[in-house]
Amino acid sequence: MQLESLYQEIILDHYKHPHGRGLRDAADPADQVGEAHHVNPTCGDEVTIRVATDGDTLHDVSYDGMGCSISQASASVLHELLTGRAAAEAFEVHAAFLALLSGRGEVTPDEDVLGDGVAFEGVARYPARVKCALLPWMAFKDAAARAGVGASPTEVKA
Amino acid sequence: MTTIAIPSGMPQYDDVPRYDVAAVRADFPILDREINGHPLVYLDSANTSHKPRQVLDVLREHYERHNANVSRSVHTLGTEATEAYEGARAKIATFVNAPSVDEVVFTKNSTEAINLVAYAFANASLRFDAARSASSGGTDDRFRLGPGDEIVISEMEHHSNIVPWQLLAERTGATLRWFPVTDAGRLDESGLTDLVNERTKIVSLVHMSNILGTVNATSRITARVREVGALLLLDCSQSVPHMPIDVVDLDADFIVFTGHKMCGPTGIGVLWGRAELLAAMPPVLGGGSMIETVTMGGSTFAAPPARFEAGTPPIAEAVALGAAVDYLSGLGMRAVQWHEKQLTAYALDALGTVPGLRIFGPEVPVGRGGTISFALGDVHPHDVGQVLDSLGVQVRVGHHCARPVCTRFGVPATTRASFYLYTTTEEIDALVAGLEQVRKVFG
Repeated sequence: MQLESLYQEIILDHYKHPHGRGLRDAADPADQVGEAHHVNPTCGDEVTIRVATDGDTLHDVSYDGMGCSISQASASVLHELLTGRAAAEAFEVHAAFLALLSGRGEVTPDEDVLGDGVAFEGVARYPARVKCALLPWMAFKDAAARAGVGASPTEVKA
Repeated sequence: MTTIAIPSGMPQYDDVPRYDVAAVRADFPILDREINGHPLVYLDSANTSHKPRQVLDVLREHYERHNANVSRSVHTLGTEATEAYEGARAKIATFVNAPSVDEVVFTKNSTEAINLVAYAFANASLRFDAARSASSGGTDDRFRLGPGDEIVISEMEHHSNIVPWQLLAERTGATLRWFPVTDAGRLDESGLTDLVNERTKIVSLVHMSNILGTVNATSRITARVREVGALLLLDCSQSVPHMPIDVVDLDADFIVFTGHKMCGPTGIGVLWGRAELLAAMPPVLGGGSMIETVTMGGSTFAAPPARFEAGTPPIAEAVALGAAVDYLSGLGMRAVQWHEKQLTAYALDALGTVPGLRIFGPEVPVGRGGTISFALGDVHPHDVGQVLDSLGVQVRVGHHCARPVCTRFGVPATTRASFYLYTTTEEIDALVAGLEQVRKVFG
């Protein structure tokens, strides 16, 4: 196996230098705030995602957690990709990330949509690690729903 | 320097039981595999052990030559299958020095064996069960739990020895209490007399921890359990495969263990219980084979072990477990224990040379077995395991179904290397070299 395809530089970089880490209060008190805490019971990884939104735009997607490089880098990428996005757009990115990770390595990611998320292409080939990468994204979906922005109908086939 | 000679006729220092590890490895076909271009280095035997050809042959031969259902046929194949199944029970009884072969109950695994005892308690505690006839065992007070009664476990249990007792406590109103674990990863017995008291109905403890490697000294606990008239169950899942176990010597009331960790197949485990207690226990699963007579108005039940083996059992698996026990006895459990003790001492020293490595559990090869959990700096165990796998080294990562231990030591998960009778010091060297690679990737 090529370890490099799993631990791409982009992933290790997000892991060692996470972007926007830490749970933050909404800057605009009028915002709806939703939070979700997800755990991976097989390995004990944990992540909390908090979404602050006015119903149209995701003003902030903040997070905290502890776990392996894949889950924590994934949270950092999620923050970077979704913060400031229109909710509808964010769910498109969410769907694309799920499709990539459910693709068993046979889905070619679109960098315009997924940005640094394309680095997770290799992870999709490791069934044991797919759940690590998806952990923050599943928590995001719940947090967004609790903040009043509709959950995407996409289901994961993991 | 003075040399003290041990008088002749006494055991000498180098008088240890040994076997040829290379010859043993040749019995295990899977050990020839390559993983990701490297020779397989299997350090996950606490999870499940590999199976020698001798066991695989018996499994195949059973299906090819003797396949039939047990305990219900007069035909030749049925007789052969029954003899093989009951023969396996006898081998296992001998292996753990059970006073009677009827004290060996086949289960699916240790988890089911522990649940069997817990559910026997639950059944005996149902109010309307008190009216049941004595043949069901439902009237025995030792198994009846209610508010005020106490169940004692420890903080170092596998989830399979926590959750069944939590459920039992919830359902009966009994209180669940536990022994804490010391910083060194030993059972903290300082509160023994308070923890185990006249309200205690059962103490269920792990003999060897699957995460810390600690082998618990049980004699003080047994003495206290006897003093208060409680029952003692020992989870021997990690000890029966690795050391000589004698149930008379242990003086427990129940022990459980599982076949797949001791060179046997999956799907077969054992509950050993003192004959008198099994006879007093109400049935758990109802069905074929466990009855004495059935009418539409009610049933009476077979004597143990049949009472606890409803339905067609895992026959071939039991027979193959018998073969596994033969294999282990052929090597000698003293020799297996000694081999693993040497490996453990070697591994503790070798791991001690890895910068930033922290061992959870005893750091000396005394009162512990060949299962070593550790953290490597801040690198998450999943990442450690993934890099090691790329080098062919198979370790377990996660909470090892013992999450309270992880919480106790303030980590979400650990990396665990565990050894068995076929493990070599070269494999431990490969682990240490692999950990250097982990440090390079995540350093």
